[in-house]
Amino acid sequence: MPKPNEIKYLTAIKAEKRPKKYCRFKKLGIHYIDYKDADFLKKFLNEQGKLLPRRITGNSLKYQRKVSDAVKKARQMAILPYVTDLLK
Amino acid sequence: MNNYELMVIFTPVLSDEEYKAAQKKFAALVKDNGGELVHTNPWGLKSLAYPIAKKTTGLYWVMEYKAPSSFNEKLKIQLLRDESVLRHMFTVLDKYAVEYNAKKKSGVQHSVTEKAEA
Repeated sequence: MPKPNEIKYLTAIKAEKRPKKYCRFKKLGIHYIDYKDADFLKKFLNEQGKLLPRRITGNSLKYQRKVSDAVKKARQMAILPYVTDLLK
Repeated sequence: MNNYELMVIFTPVLSDEEYKAAQKKFAALVKDNGGELVHTNPWGLKSLAYPIAKKTTGLYWVMEYKAPSSFNEKLKIQLLRDESVLRHMFTVLDKYAVEYNAKKKSGVQHSVTEKAEA
């Protein structure tokens, strides 16, 4: 029976640390998200045109809401599609 | 008086003159009702992300204006009555939005580059 500090793993344990996610709006001081700017809003959508979760974009709740409002407005005005494939 | 932004999609079958006349009509309506026009921006013909009323393109028009809050209902009636309007949308602009639009108008590409990096 090996002692705990002698245990060897088959695969190396991940030691690298991910950089901390941040809210880009807070960091850059952007207060207004323009629904007319389709290219910018596309950063927050996946390939089907669905909104990416906060978990992935790192947005704060306040700005995630604003992003989602802007995307919904853009969809209403046919600037962004509701459903699609291969948006990017 | 509040700040608003109106975006209209006109049907693409309008000729240049009709497009201009329609813009003028709604702009005049703002002025007649005690509003104040801040900026208008005709985007021209643009393809739609999905078809509206069996049309795949539309003539976009964006207008920024200041008006009393009771005015939007009147404008809405006129927009709905007009058959050349495919779709319209009002947006209430907060102080940051007004700032953003003013910067955009003056041609300062303020945070666009920053946005692109981010």
